[in-house]
Amino acid sequence: MTYASHSHSSPDAIDTPDSIDAVDTDRRQFLHYAAAGVATVALGGGAVLTTLTATAEPRTTPVTSTHRWGMLIDTTKCAAGCDACVTACERENGLNLQQSPTDDAADWADQQSAWIRKVTLRDNLTGQVTQLPLMCQHCAEPPCVDVCPTGASFKRADGIVMVDRHTCIGCRYCMMACPYQARSFVHQPVAQKLTQVPRGKGCVESCNLCVSRRDDDRQTSTACADACAASGQGAIVFGDLNDPNSPLHQALAQVNSRQIRQELNLNTGVRYAGL
Amino acid sequence: MAVTTPHFKFTGIAVCILAFFSQILFSQPTLAADRIGEYVVPSSRAAQVKQCVEPADHMRRYHMELIQHQRDATVRHGIRSTKYSLSNCISCHTGHTAAGAPIAINATGQFCNACHAAAAVTLNCFDCHATIPSGEGWNHEVAQQLLLLPPVSEGAE
Repeated sequence: MTYASHSHSSPDAIDTPDSIDAVDTDRRQFLHYAAAGVATVALGGGAVLTTLTATAEPRTTPVTSTHRWGMLIDTTKCAAGCDACVTACERENGLNLQQSPTDDAADWADQQSAWIRKVTLRDNLTGQVTQLPLMCQHCAEPPCVDVCPTGASFKRADGIVMVDRHTCIGCRYCMMACPYQARSFVHQPVAQKLTQVPRGKGCVESCNLCVSRRDDDRQTSTACADACAASGQGAIVFGDLNDPNSPLHQALAQVNSRQIRQELNLNTGVRYAGL
Repeated sequence: MAVTTPHFKFTGIAVCILAFFSQILFSQPTLAADRIGEYVVPSSRAAQVKQCVEPADHMRRYHMELIQHQRDATVRHGIRSTKYSLSNCISCHTGHTAAGAPIAINATGQFCNACHAAAAVTLNCFDCHATIPSGEGWNHEVAQQLLLLPPVSEGAE
């Protein structure tokens, strides 16, 4: 898949660390003002709570906004032909257990669930080719949540955007609303699934930043980041955007990074360097 | 006396009817409990423990509410360490073949299916949820800690 149209940013579009949290929420604020009839102080995007929960066990208390999980993907380190992250994601989430209902391989490639897609960008003018893994960007202002008619598509307090399959009715509005084509629909009954990743026919699904790992403090990474490091690329850094001491925060402070479709002001949790 | 005789007759019939219904009312729970108690599959770990996470009567009546409450806590709030998780139910109640291989919990005659087939309740839990403990999730460790279960043999996973 080629996304040539927005493949390269002009220098003035590069995100500086200072502007990461400075999201323009004018439209939302306008709605808030209109509803309240009062002009109130604009909310800052980077509010950080100070309560810290130090647990060494699977989570016993509700997630809070203390953490905001995110990733930095350095496209200059992402190797052509490498699909370690995609394979690891499939293994982690049971997507490798999918069975094709058809003999048409191209049709199946279109329809099967993919939480990470390896995307190749080509600059039409210079011919420069860039590789990157594209998954749910875990927006702070997720369009998929805005359009969901049942509230199944939701953002957890720690910034993970995910689908509650118990209330998903499979309408796929969220798939249309997502600017990143990050979501998949399960068309067929799922014969084999993992205990930690329930998935079934009629629901939309997407990357959830290995949410079962996030609820266990002994785990500090995602399957894709682990696989990328193990394959020697080290292009994916996972971590807490809110924690100034996290490797992710420090990496973001070192390099120029940007959001894909930055102009949409979604304040994505997944950032890209080298674009 | 000519007036009261039919009245006594009536009372007698009423007592008989009451006695009949009370027989049904009071004896039914015991009968049902005995019958349902047999649904704990002998080859499951549940058969080796004295009691479920709550007393059996409570579980029979309220298990669906416990699971539904837990599902929202888990999906929305990330709480995964309570004893009411569906994966704990499955790890503990899955039956095993003679060779030690787990049998799907919703298969005919297995723990979930046996009762729900009798009660004509259609389940859709297993459209999405694994019917045998599968994968390397920590929830099995947790299940073992919570329920003090013997570890699953190598052949069963």
